[in-house]
Amino acid sequence: MQAPVHHVIGLTSIVRERLLPFPGTVNARLQQKVSANDVVAEARWSHEHVLLDVARLLNVSPAVADRSIKCQVDEQVAASAEIAVGKGLFPRTVNAPSEGRVVAVGGGQVLLEVGVSKIELRAGIPGTVIQIIPNQGVVIQTTGGLIQGVWGNSRIDSGLLVNLMETPDSILTISRLDVSLRGSILLAGMVKDAETLQAAGDLPVRGLILSSIFPSLIQKAREMRFPIVVTDGFGTLPMNSAAYKLLTTNAKREVTVNAESFDRYTGTRPEIIIPLPISTEPAAPRDMESFAPGLQVRLRRPPAMGMIGSIANLLPGLTTLPSGLRAPAAEIKLENGETVVAPLVNLEVVG
Amino acid sequence: MPTSLVSGNSLLAIDVGASNTRAVMFDVIEGEYRFIASGVAPSTAEAPIKDVSEGARDAIASLQRVIGRPLLDANRDLIVPSQANGSGVDALVVTLSAGPAIKTVVVGLLKDVSLESARRLTESTYTRISDTISLNDPRKSDQRIDSLLRLHPDLLIIAGGTNKGASRSVQKLLEPIGLASYLMPKDKRPTVLYAGNENMQADVKSLVSPHITSLHFSSNIRPSLETEDTDPAERELAQIIINLRKKQLKGVETLHTWSGGHMLPTAYATGRMVRFLSRVYGSQKGLLSVDLGASAATIAVGFKDRSLLKVLSQFGIGENLAALLNYTTLENILRWSPLDISAGVLRDYLFHKSLYPSAIAATNEDLAIAQAVAREALHLAMQTAQQDFPKNVRRIKPALAPLFDPILAGGSALSDASHAGQSLLLLLDSIQPVGVTTVILDQNNLLPLLGAAAAQNNILPVQVLDTGAFLSAGTVVSPVVSARYGTSILRAKLIYESGVESHVDLKYGSLETLPLAIGETGKLTIQCLHGADIGFGPGRGGTLPVSGGALGVVFDGRGRPLDLPADPVRRREILKKWNWTLGGG
Repeated sequence: MQAPVHHVIGLTSIVRERLLPFPGTVNARLQQKVSANDVVAEARWSHEHVLLDVARLLNVSPAVADRSIKCQVDEQVAASAEIAVGKGLFPRTVNAPSEGRVVAVGGGQVLLEVGVSKIELRAGIPGTVIQIIPNQGVVIQTTGGLIQGVWGNSRIDSGLLVNLMETPDSILTISRLDVSLRGSILLAGMVKDAETLQAAGDLPVRGLILSSIFPSLIQKAREMRFPIVVTDGFGTLPMNSAAYKLLTTNAKREVTVNAESFDRYTGTRPEIIIPLPISTEPAAPRDMESFAPGLQVRLRRPPAMGMIGSIANLLPGLTTLPSGLRAPAAEIKLENGETVVAPLVNLEVVG
Repeated sequence: MPTSLVSGNSLLAIDVGASNTRAVMFDVIEGEYRFIASGVAPSTAEAPIKDVSEGARDAIASLQRVIGRPLLDANRDLIVPSQANGSGVDALVVTLSAGPAIKTVVVGLLKDVSLESARRLTESTYTRISDTISLNDPRKSDQRIDSLLRLHPDLLIIAGGTNKGASRSVQKLLEPIGLASYLMPKDKRPTVLYAGNENMQADVKSLVSPHITSLHFSSNIRPSLETEDTDPAERELAQIIINLRKKQLKGVETLHTWSGGHMLPTAYATGRMVRFLSRVYGSQKGLLSVDLGASAATIAVGFKDRSLLKVLSQFGIGENLAALLNYTTLENILRWSPLDISAGVLRDYLFHKSLYPSAIAATNEDLAIAQAVAREALHLAMQTAQQDFPKNVRRIKPALAPLFDPILAGGSALSDASHAGQSLLLLLDSIQPVGVTTVILDQNNLLPLLGAAAAQNNILPVQVLDTGAFLSAGTVVSPVVSARYGTSILRAKLIYESGVESHVDLKYGSLETLPLAIGETGKLTIQCLHGADIGFGPGRGGTLPVSGGALGVVFDGRGRPLDLPADPVRRREILKKWNWTLGGG
């Protein structure tokens, strides 16, 4: 059976495709070195329009109105600019309510684009641009440590990693936050209250790496202007030992926190990247494995939820679980020496 | 020896679900179609594989190991038609429910008329309504354009205007749609289904089609104010969904080609089967099918002259599970749990299960939570669906479910239960059927596959249904009565084929069973007390033939609506007792 893989790797080659939601301009060049915060592409998004019903305003038919319209598609018009003029001794006029661009003319109507936003696509990871996808984005490659998370608040930043965790089940409280942490990425364990998140934002920090977060804090976490990546889940889950070891041993290094939302269809996941110098290119991580004895796995559901162990034995056929359900299962030897039986669908390979 | 009515063609049916893909083989045994075996594999619509055909190949590989017959060639392509050496199959049908909910904007003239019909049509498949536009909508045209540009819907469903009715108003509604589509990149423009005033189809074409890459028409779903007919539009919509999935999910095109175009959305195939069954076997009561899966809760009902299909993705127990709290509370879910579980643990469960929808309950506590969530989700789905049930169907009380017989139940939440009693109790708690009904468990989730197969081979579904591929849970008697806890509300006598008799004295608040094995029949005589109503009228009993099932004959005297004790300790005790009565530990 195929096994999903949750990446926690000390050194690997990381390749990420970064695409705009709709066509735009790619700013980056091939082989350009980029940092996570660099804008690699941008697009215009027209979010506000004004539809001028010239025919109704001039009280004429759409065909007559079309002949009265003085602007053309793609033309920039100033606020109060004359859009159409009627006939007669005292002709009525239709003026632009605000500055904008004409995007459609016809049927006695004019559609103006009056509100335009610029969407900036950031690199997300520090590395080298290895491919340009015209009008859409880039592919970036880097090498280093990679720790995937399960939840992110859609922000990106880089900074020095400061470890505030003494154990994998440490709790970040407001008393641990002081001005010396300003501008850092904090490895911070669990967060249980909104005040702590707010205090981290007030410092401000450049990012938070959490083992778990209370579901009630998700909205608050989304509002924070710095990236937050949750490595293990919701509630009071300690950090899995693989992520904890890798992150704590890389404290005081420059890391990138890309708190991208988890999207099961595209495969994007929140992740922490620790750029590392290399002499030879490491192998790219595998996205799928086959369950086999010896593989390191993480349990997604009880028993031993969140814990890491290795497959001791793949059980033949279907196994009746303590719940009474029958499913393909494996014996897992946990890091604490205990052995549990878990259905294969509740396992993910760590590596 | 039965006479063969069929030419002996084997048929493979594949269901691509959000979590699992199943391959099911039907073939002719002794002149009749039978369900042979099934193979299952994790679905692969999602990253990293992102190709649904891979999961289908894995499921077929699993099936061929069971049946010992090669179905895939060296390139892992399906061997079709079957070969002289016995490999391959003669035909393939596919049902599909995998994929994100399709973002849909519903457009209608009047909120309570065409917009309501369009909403009902939209809820017949795997959609999520992102916005509605109607004449009652206070937004200006440009605001509607901005909303459409912001939402970027995959699909627009437009209804409105009776035939020969309003046309100017429909045109007014279409303008912002045409303009918004014109402003979207060509490859992101929505598919449009127009199911309004049929006299306006030419106008719609000229107004909208220059800016739409995929414009579809069906007959008017609201041909007059009093009439609603969504069937032809549902058929068209089913094809639209498959076309959208071809764009969204890699591998759908491959399966479509393998099946020669015999691919349907799973829910539509279920609805088709329910319509068919209610016509063929239809009694005075309705036929109900419920399916609780990762992507949606699907409720299909068939009455004599009317059928209804509801696909409620908001009540799916997969990736949307955390959003269940938009429709209910933690306390409402926990009332179904026989174990003492805190609200915090439940909340964490909902969010975790959203991350890992295919994970299953390995421990008793996890199973108790999963079953409590499934009960609440199915209960909410039924309540939502009931709002659109026809008004003129038989009911014992207006606020209760109509009389149904049989009830068919499938989906991962029910087929994942550890025993039939657990599934039955989940159904009784969430659906709360009334009167006398047979409950059939679709443990292999065959119903949609039979619905899809019907277009290929109309004999197959009929024969497979008669061959025991479905598990009869039993006959359930659920009286409607107002009584004090512990009062006798019904006495029943079951006479077996052997002439032996069994008796039950049902007290209010309890569950009782009388054994009657699968394949056996008996004669059940019911005496109703204290005005209890089982569909024959208050206090009226009767004698009726009953068929056996895994649980025999089940008497549900717990009241309708189900009245759970407010005290949590007592409630948990009684939930455990009911579970024990139906064979649980």
